[in-house]
Amino acid sequence: MNSTQQPGNLAEFGAGARDTIPMLVGAAPFGVIFGTLAATGPLHAWTVQFMSLAVFAGSAQFIALGLIAGHTSFAVIWATTFIVNLRHILYSATLAPYVAHLPARWRWTLGAFMTDEVFAVSYAHYKRRTPGETGPYYCLGSGVSMYVNWQIWTVIGLLFGSAFPGLQSKGLDFAMVATFIAIIVPQLVALRFIAAALAAGVLSFAWNGWPYKLGLLAAVAVGVAVGTLLSMRVEGRATEIERSERAR
Amino acid sequence: MKYFLLILGMAVITYAIRSAVFVFGERLRFPPLMRTALNFVPVTVLTAIIVPMTLAPHGGGAELTWRNSQLVAALVALGVCAVTRKPLLTIAVSLAVFFLWQLVVVA
Repeated sequence: MNSTQQPGNLAEFGAGARDTIPMLVGAAPFGVIFGTLAATGPLHAWTVQFMSLAVFAGSAQFIALGLIAGHTSFAVIWATTFIVNLRHILYSATLAPYVAHLPARWRWTLGAFMTDEVFAVSYAHYKRRTPGETGPYYCLGSGVSMYVNWQIWTVIGLLFGSAFPGLQSKGLDFAMVATFIAIIVPQLVALRFIAAALAAGVLSFAWNGWPYKLGLLAAVAVGVAVGTLLSMRVEGRATEIERSERAR
Repeated sequence: MKYFLLILGMAVITYAIRSAVFVFGERLRFPPLMRTALNFVPVTVLTAIIVPMTLAPHGGGAELTWRNSQLVAALVALGVCAVTRKPLLTIAVSLAVFFLWQLVVVA
């Protein structure tokens, strides 16, 4: 691939960034709340910004804040980060045909930006194109704009939180609860998601006393198992219906 | 300094997950069962974190009373989000209820 014959690199980058604008707006309140919450916690402002710069994963960062406040061991926080972000592996697997032909440095770079939003925007763009003929700039534009956006709103949240230090005494951690509910509820699209969430929530409360917050991980494992089992039943029924329809 | 180490670990884990398939190619295959299971991870993790926070905001036992502002406001958030599906509205309304409850009902 000769990049000098592709005058549209900047245009591709711009298109990626432009198509990400709704996601940028959607992520803004979460960035502000993250910064504000973090500013009232035990972490230094630079450490918080470093987290946004290095980790760049909203839900994992929120969860880490909650776990740090609960004096959770590092090992459990790392394990939780792994579990929470594991879904990203499906994103890169889905996009892989569109980046496989690119030089290694591009594949190393684009991987860093694979958030939920960047994946959604990039896949919507690339799936209409031929694998092997796609350039990296669209995805890069989406990723960089999302990354810069996240940094800016983290800073604003940090400034806001340190300007009103009184927020911490009156349980601002409820903002995290509200944020999580706003993320959870739209995902409860079927009974199996509700059952999985209920199982995880009830067991997490029941096992709250386990050392190192291991009860949380165990509750998640059971919740995921419940959801998976119910999905298999749904799929089983679907293939049954298909079979009977074909027989007719 | 110790938090620096924590964050560095989180960053390495997150980056490794995101770029593994890109870097090591499509040799990694995912069984359908794992794909199904991963769908349930975000919902269960987030719920597992907030349920103890809302039911027992002071640690210890469950506080299933109307004086528990975390619980009251969480139920409001649940209702608002189920009806409107608007994240910002959910957060704003339930935060307002939370602070109001703290000031007026509990205090």
